[in-house]
Amino acid sequence: MTPEGSLLAASDLHKTYGATPALDGAEFSVHPGEVVAVLGPSGSGKSTLLHCLAGIIRPDRGTVRYADRDLTTMSDADRSALRRTDFGFVFQFGQLVPELTCLENVALPLRLNGARRKEAERQAREWLERLEVEEVHRQRPGEVSGGQGQRVAVARALATRPRVIFADEPTGALDSLNGERVMTLLTDAARETRAAVVLVTHETRVAAYSDREITVRDGKVKDLLAGLR
Amino acid sequence: MSIGHTLLGLLESGPRHGYDLKRAFDEHFGHDRPLHYGQVYSTMSRLLKNGLVEVDGVEAGAGPERKRYAITDAGVTDVGQWLSRPEKPEPYLQSTLYTKVVLALMTGRDAAELLDTQRAEHLRLMRGLTERKRQGDLADQLICDHALFHLEADLRWLELTAARLDGLAQTVHG
Repeated sequence: MTPEGSLLAASDLHKTYGATPALDGAEFSVHPGEVVAVLGPSGSGKSTLLHCLAGIIRPDRGTVRYADRDLTTMSDADRSALRRTDFGFVFQFGQLVPELTCLENVALPLRLNGARRKEAERQAREWLERLEVEEVHRQRPGEVSGGQGQRVAVARALATRPRVIFADEPTGALDSLNGERVMTLLTDAARETRAAVVLVTHETRVAAYSDREITVRDGKVKDLLAGLR
Repeated sequence: MSIGHTLLGLLESGPRHGYDLKRAFDEHFGHDRPLHYGQVYSTMSRLLKNGLVEVDGVEAGAGPERKRYAITDAGVTDVGQWLSRPEKPEPYLQSTLYTKVVLALMTGRDAAELLDTQRAEHLRLMRGLTERKRQGDLADQLICDHALFHLEADLRWLELTAARLDGLAQTVHG
């Protein structure tokens, strides 16, 4: 059953790699505008959960419902299209395209969704401003600092105004000050646009930017608030 | 915190009335625990007795007399010595949490559950501090960061203990 009002919800997820169960009956839900931190020790299944929720991998069993659609029964092409239009991604290392300028990187998802170059670059510029890195718009990712590159990556994830943002250790490669600024900008923008955020992190100070947390242990999810809802 | 030394330090920039001292203290250091007037006056009379402050003037009004205090040379030396003396680091060896975990294991209760509940409580407090940081000035950020780093250290201990529960259970029952 999908929790009432949730935008993305997973139920009884199972995923096994070889003989190793990565997910063993995991449950999850997130509401629009809500930031949920996914905590747990290394190898507990956090990233596998995120990949299942984002439709990057298909679970062996269980359902992932996003806005009344079941991701687990959709075709690969449909899931790819959904990821492009409705989901945004931020990873530990920005994964920007090295040959493109920072502005072109942010404009890229807008272009892929059909926006004309001028309009895409206008919007991209606004997001770079919002993320306080407007000055690097002509530079390539290799020419900017780690903190700047990660802000460009966040700008790119937000540019298409996704309804869900998946962030996997988004501050893992940053120093404390940069990490905190990125978290503030990311969560402020998400709350303002009513985007849901699934935030995988092992840093509790980063998790403190969330509205609530769940803990993954041995592929099972412990949601301490679940009983109170 | 040494209230005496802090009030003395505040007097270094110039003489103040007791009421001004309280206001300055609360503004800079008393975010969660403002000083009571009684504390200010009892501290000032102790500092007076020890020659670290002197009465700089008295204003007579409708209410009680208002004394203005000034720091003495001995007071300035005392503040200097206090600032240069390192604080004793907390040994953190009398942990209630540790006791609870061991007792839970000894009595056959769910220690993992206890750790999960504690983690949620720590995170709840960290969320409040993070929100205060978002809205606060630099002083707020510094004071909240100090608390956040300590809570983070506690949480790292909780994680490590959770990973070691099986071994700890054997030791306790062994």
